[in-house]
Amino acid sequence: MENKKKVLLKVENVGVSINDKSLVKGVSFEVKQGEIVTLIGPNGSGKSTTAKIALGIYKKIDGKVKTYTDKIGYVPQKISIDWTLPIRVSDFMTLTEELNQDQINTALNLTGVEHLKNKSLSKLSGGEFQRVLIARAISKQPELLVLDEPVQGVDFKGELALYELIKKISDKMKCGILLISHDLHVVMSATDYVLCLNGHVCCSGTPHNVVKDSKYRELFGDRASNILSLYEHKHDHTHSQDGAIDQK
Amino acid sequence: MLEDFFIRALLAGIGIALITGPIGCFVIWRRLSFFAGTLAHSALLGVTMALVFELNIAFSVFLISAVLAIFLLQLQTKTNLPNDALLGLLAHSSLAIGLVIIGFLTTIRFDVMGLLFGDILAVSQSDLLLIWVGGVFILIILKIIWKPLFASTINYDLAKAEGMNPDRYNAIFTILMAAIIAISIKIVGLLLITGMLIIPAALARNISNNPIQMALLSTIGGLLSILIGLFSSLEFNTASGPSIITAALLLFLITLIKTKKFSELKK
Repeated sequence: MENKKKVLLKVENVGVSINDKSLVKGVSFEVKQGEIVTLIGPNGSGKSTTAKIALGIYKKIDGKVKTYTDKIGYVPQKISIDWTLPIRVSDFMTLTEELNQDQINTALNLTGVEHLKNKSLSKLSGGEFQRVLIARAISKQPELLVLDEPVQGVDFKGELALYELIKKISDKMKCGILLISHDLHVVMSATDYVLCLNGHVCCSGTPHNVVKDSKYRELFGDRASNILSLYEHKHDHTHSQDGAIDQK
Repeated sequence: MLEDFFIRALLAGIGIALITGPIGCFVIWRRLSFFAGTLAHSALLGVTMALVFELNIAFSVFLISAVLAIFLLQLQTKTNLPNDALLGLLAHSSLAIGLVIIGFLTTIRFDVMGLLFGDILAVSQSDLLLIWVGGVFILIILKIIWKPLFASTINYDLAKAEGMNPDRYNAIFTILMAAIIAISIKIVGLLLITGMLIIPAALARNISNNPIQMALLSTIGGLLSILIGLFSSLEFNTASGPSIITAALLLFLITLIKTKKFSELKK
């Protein structure tokens, strides 16, 4: 069944160096339809760089990137809108795609920010802005979504809801997702394939296999290894609705 | 009744304002005001080249501006100096080289002041044709590339990732800027074309909340500056080019007061 899904992105042994300093090297993975692939790793380990390589943003790279779709939605890690540029949320939504009002409203509604439609981007809070970024990326119904720390600055409750939304999008819209996240709980519970980076691929595989890897323990510490068991434990209890555990 | 030369001046000024309105917005959004200034400075070199090789002035200015833009891109990859330093280097050295070459041209009488400030009252019919045909061409191209250019202006990575090809549109925009300077140099002059690119867009920013509105208000601001500037230069017998820029500055100051009032009202 795995093999029948369409491959959307194939990255082979890629790397990039700036001024002879290697930022990341030897990374290979593929993203298929309806699949979530996550990149994890410490700061400066090349997660965002890898995503940018996959998106063709760097001019000179080692290795090969093949993209099998041109319907791509991207949520960059950082985006700053200069004050000199007056732009409302609704203008931003149609940045790379023509959308009608319904499509704009639906996308903004999904991420819970429909009421901000006519607000200036510069007046949004960090969390509101992230929600708009995600709404914009999904509004064009992409086949491939690349999300670089998509929920940074979003409040705890919203964070969970947005991750649920992302999971739902990959299931419903059958799009492939390349996700970069610091939240190991989410990574381990919601993704199909994990790459652990630190300038190169330390280990990779299903979440279940990655947490057992000794290199993962080295990078994230012993406590991070318990995450999967914690998640599975929680999962056992979701039916009985034990609020006390959820609070943890 | 208005004299013919004045009507020609009005038509030329209106043409320039229609182009610099929307293009000026992109100049401000992309933080290219200094780049526009550098191109304008290099136009002096373009004019002297035209005199030496007996070329069409607009063509020669366009060529030099384009060469300068390419040279700038080369410099950016070769050194780590910040952009403003490189632009300053190019602006002043191309101006200097232009003036040095003028020194050698002993046989040609050459009005440097006219080139710096332009002479909108001396606009000929062929100048008018150049501005309007060139201007319509520039605006049509801008309309076609607006969306990808705007996306590249907001965020290079995002535009690139979602297939908008920002490198191509950045290059086209640079060519458009060189073209504007080439067709307007005789009319508003080197030093004032930068003003027309920046001040109307700046005043529009104070009173707009979306990009299309800003482009429209910038055009209106430019048109008003031309009208007020030209009629007051007729009335008070002042230099026309500088009068236009002074009018633009006054309008800018008025929008500052307005924004203050608006924000007070909101409180």
